Amino acid sequence: MIRMLSILVGLFFTVALAWSFGNGAYNAITEPAAPTAEHEFHKHPKELELASNGAFGKFDKAQLQRGFQVYKEVCSACHSLRLVAFRDLKQLGYNDDEVKAIAAGFQVPGLDPATGEANTRPGLATDYFPKPFANDIAARAANNNAVPPDLSLMTKARHDGPAYVYSLLTGYQNQPAELLKKFPDSKTGPGLHYNPYFANLNLAMAPPLTAEGQVTFGDGTKSTVPQMAKDVAAFLVWTAEPKLEKRHQTGWPVLLFLLFATVLGNLAYRNVWRNTKH
Amino acid sequence: MSFPWANNYTPQHPFMKWMDEKLPVPRLVYNSVGAGYPVPRNLNYWWNFGFMALTCLALQIVTGIILAMHYAANAGVAFDSVEHIMRDVNWGWMLRYAHANGASAFFVVIYIHIFRGFYYGSYKAPREMVWLLGVVIFLLMMATAFMGYVLPWGQMSFWGAKVITGLFGAIPLVGEPIQHWLLGGFAPDNAALNRFFSLHYLLPFVIVGVVVLHIWALHIPGSSNPTGVEVKSESDTVPFFPYFIAKDGWTLGAFLFIYCAAVFFAPNALGHPDNYIPANPMSTPAHIVPEWYFWPFYAILRAFTFDFFIVPAKLMGVLAMFGAILVWFFLPWLDKSPVRSANYRPLYRKFFYVLVFFMAALFYLGGAPAAEPYVMMSQVAAFYYFAHFLIIVPIVSSIERPDPLPFSITEAVLGHDEKPASAPAA
Amino acid sequence: MAHDAGTDTPELIAGDGVRRRDFINIAAVSAAGVGGALTLIPLISQMAPSADVLAESSVEIDLSQIKPGQAIKGIFRKQPVFLRNLTPHEISEADKVAVSSLRDPQSLAERTKPGKENWLITMGVCTHLGCVPLGAGEGEVRGEFGGYFCPCHGSHYDTAARIRKGPAPKNLEVPVYEFTSDTVVKIG
Repeated sequence: MIRMLSILVGLFFTVALAWSFGNGAYNAITEPAAPTAEHEFHKHPKELELASNGAFGKFDKAQLQRGFQVYKEVCSACHSLRLVAFRDLKQLGYNDDEVKAIAAGFQVPGLDPATGEANTRPGLATDYFPKPFANDIAARAANNNAVPPDLSLMTKARHDGPAYVYSLLTGYQNQPAELLKKFPDSKTGPGLHYNPYFANLNLAMAPPLTAEGQVTFGDGTKSTVPQMAKDVAAFLVWTAEPKLEKRHQTGWPVLLFLLFATVLGNLAYRNVWRNTKH
Repeated sequence: MSFPWANNYTPQHPFMKWMDEKLPVPRLVYNSVGAGYPVPRNLNYWWNFGFMALTCLALQIVTGIILAMHYAANAGVAFDSVEHIMRDVNWGWMLRYAHANGASAFFVVIYIHIFRGFYYGSYKAPREMVWLLGVVIFLLMMATAFMGYVLPWGQMSFWGAKVITGLFGAIPLVGEPIQHWLLGGFAPDNAALNRFFSLHYLLPFVIVGVVVLHIWALHIPGSSNPTGVEVKSESDTVPFFPYFIAKDGWTLGAFLFIYCAAVFFAPNALGHPDNYIPANPMSTPAHIVPEWYFWPFYAILRAFTFDFFIVPAKLMGVLAMFGAILVWFFLPWLDKSPVRSANYRPLYRKFFYVLVFFMAALFYLGGAPAAEPYVMMSQVAAFYYFAHFLIIVPIVSSIERPDPLPFSITEAVLGHDEKPASAPAA
Repeated sequence: MAHDAGTDTPELIAGDGVRRRDFINIAAVSAAGVGGALTLIPLISQMAPSADVLAESSVEIDLSQIKPGQAIKGIFRKQPVFLRNLTPHEISEADKVAVSSLRDPQSLAERTKPGKENWLITMGVCTHLGCVPLGAGEGEVRGEFGGYFCPCHGSHYDTAARIRKGPAPKNLEVPVYEFTSDTVVKIG
């Protein structure tokens, strides 16, 4: 009885699936999905070699400092970094006084101690990076209706994060003629910028890194656009995952210990079972 | 329960004697996971996953309790409190990655444990209750994992909560009120987040309770084994301690090695980047998917794309998704073959491997975009899934001619049975 | 008993082979024990103050608005700190007391910075059980000795914030601090 019922229920589901399949197949044949510009012209991020890549990856502190400089002098005009505190910059190799000086160079929201009115004050090491806009509405109004996203977690919030950041920053170009020929309706709109590494190809952010020497690196590294893009991508790997290095450093001893314990355990297992066929 | 030849617990130390009279916990341990529990000697490594699952549960509870010490279940601060754990709490990054990957590890182990059951007929009498409780555990795990994934309050958390509660909206008439009741609002917000946190903390302890019942029910007939032939004599078994403690122990080490490799070197490999974007009720991510362990059922949900007579496609998908798991409850009665192990069931074995193939396909398709050809492929795979459990298993179990079974476990292992008097371990 | 739990009784006489085997079992169990113990390190240390809490362990406070006889409450490590500008009368009151007669013998000079004896900077945490004593706020009871008074269990502190009467065992704690300028003090 239960098997009869089961076969009936099974038929109900399988026939319903066959019905969906048939309709879907019919639609796929009669109305094949139209190709889209996004589908044909979107590119996967370029390869990016960073010191933090791989299971032995470490941070290149000089590079992180350069990347921080790029963030400070270029990106921070529009993009917040709200999860990072100035005190965290010590991990980039700055000492206490340098961190204090960097913090003091930023104005953070404060209160007038006499009147209680909102004002700004120089940042302290314990403060977090201030937001460039008071709120999303202000950010939207100042940026052609697109809110610049927070960058703290950017390299973890996108597939292939660091490579994506690098590719996006170096990927601006003119819209290919081929694209316009094929998709005449897909012309990049006013206030938008064509970038094949962006999901829908057209990005509200104007190219932020435009000229060599836009930032002057303290360590003498030549600040070409790819160099600046690479350094800021490396910096954003750190902001997204400051514990990456510690994670790798902890991981190896843990794995070695587990390997040792597993081998011992296996020997003990063979020992216990040595006279028992199974 | 147990077999007449099981070792007897005899406390030696006066304190243990005193304890045995007042609260015989040592006796319970001895009889359930100690030398007093005889286990078939021929269990293979597929039988190690139950112990690993138990370890995963313990791991999740320990790391979860710790994370709850630092996490704040409020829509305004939940995301930031997780980042606080990742950045400022001592070892917080490790504990959080251990918990997130622990959920995945738990499901890997459980899926293998379940498919072990499918292959070796572990669900058959006299172990139906073990199986039923196991399916209950699986459902509780899914509920717990779903609510846990909502807690970081990223984009995937938020939209996952919205979409999954939206499934209940498919129920005719009462669907929408139920959805609003579940969420405590019209969309996920503080009310939903807080209750999910509360239940996410509670359910693991319910799982512990059902696990105790699961193991209890198992100990009444004792473990099944790869031949599917019931234990007949003393030479068929060895005591759990030290034999299976040693075996479970070393495989646990190997399991932890793989797990820690993921935690320390690829902690986000199974996660979704969008969950590092704070929840935004105004914009849905381009490609939303649940966590990987829901993908087969998610693929089944999405496979129903056209209304079927009077049943709307949405309701059909929801029915099928829940039905795909509920059908497991009936398995002990759908499979009437007296032979348990697929080792001796040539026809069933072939269908089992086809099921593994299509299940793997459903895993892949559930994570793929909701577009062709993936939808049509998932329709094929889901077709087989339902056909397998509801049509093929009942029919095959009636018409199949099983291979001859060994007389006993001992015969299967040694090639001949021994007289019950001689010790198996010599 | 047909199955002996774990040990190999028949072979115990066999000598070295058995001992080596026992050693492997013991080593494996020990490795599991060591692993378990090491795992406890993160599980325990996660409860210690986190990096953001530790980072807030110093604070700068401006004293320029405090007139003699007044006190303010600052916040140091999420606890009140009393910053009092002593009057000459209060200083002489404090100096009059024989240090040896005190429960926690300390002179006012030991509790202030040289040249800044009028600035009495103490934690606002009663050394008995941690209540906040009265006396720093305008118009609050200052106890029998004109300093601070803890209402929880009746501890009286004098003008140098030393315990004089009641259950508290110690004077109000003087935190580590330094003057970064004439009017700004950095605590911690």
